Amino acid sequence: MKLSTYNFLTSMAIKGVKVGYPLKLTINKKEVVETEFNATFVERLLPKLDWSAIYSAAQVVELTDDIPAVQPENIAENEQLMQKLHHLLFEIDVLDGQLECPETGRVFPITDGIPNMLLNEDEV
Amino acid sequence: MARLKLKKIEEYLQCVDGFVKPKILLEQYPTPPHIAACMLHHMQSQYEDLEGRFVCDLGCGCGMLSIGAVLVGAHFTVGFEVDGDAVDVYRTNVQEMELANVECVRADVLQLPQTKWAKAFDTVVMNPPFGTKHNAGMDMRFLEVGVKLATTAVYSLHKTSTRTYIQRKCQEWGARGKVLAELRYNIDACYKFHKRQSKDIEVDFWRFDVSDN
Repeated sequence: MKLSTYNFLTSMAIKGVKVGYPLKLTINKKEVVETEFNATFVERLLPKLDWSAIYSAAQVVELTDDIPAVQPENIAENEQLMQKLHHLLFEIDVLDGQLECPETGRVFPITDGIPNMLLNEDEV
Repeated sequence: MARLKLKKIEEYLQCVDGFVKPKILLEQYPTPPHIAACMLHHMQSQYEDLEGRFVCDLGCGCGMLSIGAVLVGAHFTVGFEVDGDAVDVYRTNVQEMELANVECVRADVLQLPQTKWAKAFDTVVMNPPFGTKHNAGMDMRFLEVGVKLATTAVYSLHKTSTRTYIQRKCQEWGARGKVLAELRYNIDACYKFHKRQSKDIEVDFWRFDVSDN
């Protein structure tokens, strides 16, 4: 699971959960893969990113030197930061870990790189 | 990645493994590599809906369309699939083809519009369960989800017999539907209730323009 996907995952579908975001990320095993940087793609993704989730992901993977705590203005004009953002979002692959609902503590496992967001019938 | 020729896409897609034990309840028919390659090639050559795009594959199964989309130039593709066995094959397929920009989330497709995935993608592709056996109307529920997740276009396959109904429903959802091709979809007799060896069904290949909603 790339951290770009993490940005979109929520536990909103659980009965009674109001926000369910951001999920608490724990990583047991990850790998770094190299992928092509596409500035336009990252720029178009910016409005869909929740910076609080992005920064908390950066904390988990210890990249807070690269990713500021508050989203800077005119970020698209900062090529260096855009490349660092690309690295965080698309080059770190979480192979094993978990996502935890901030409200209920429900755990969603990440196994072999795939987050399992399925809920039981009595949870929805 | 340079764009691949149609024949080359099909060659690659022939290496994508299918379901180990297809499940009747989930209507797990693999998308034939030839049909997948033609669909994906058309999406790019006629509409430029794949190259550099953020793409979603609903009910992705073993990843035929997800992998194809990336081969045709999609920048990143996320597939959603409810079945754990299919998800495992998807992961293996992606690993064997050494693709870094395609991945899968195990989730219930029908719950996605209420999440942050709404309007997250440029393009949604799908080969939905046709909703024949035990889950009537499932293809329409998938299509409705697709319309809510895409900002540009949704591509899907539906039985030709439902064409008028789909045209009406998609207008209700604010999408403009167009049949791009009529296919003879060959479903190999992979379940016991298929009496004949192999059976052709008539299927429409649709594009839904969702850029207005």
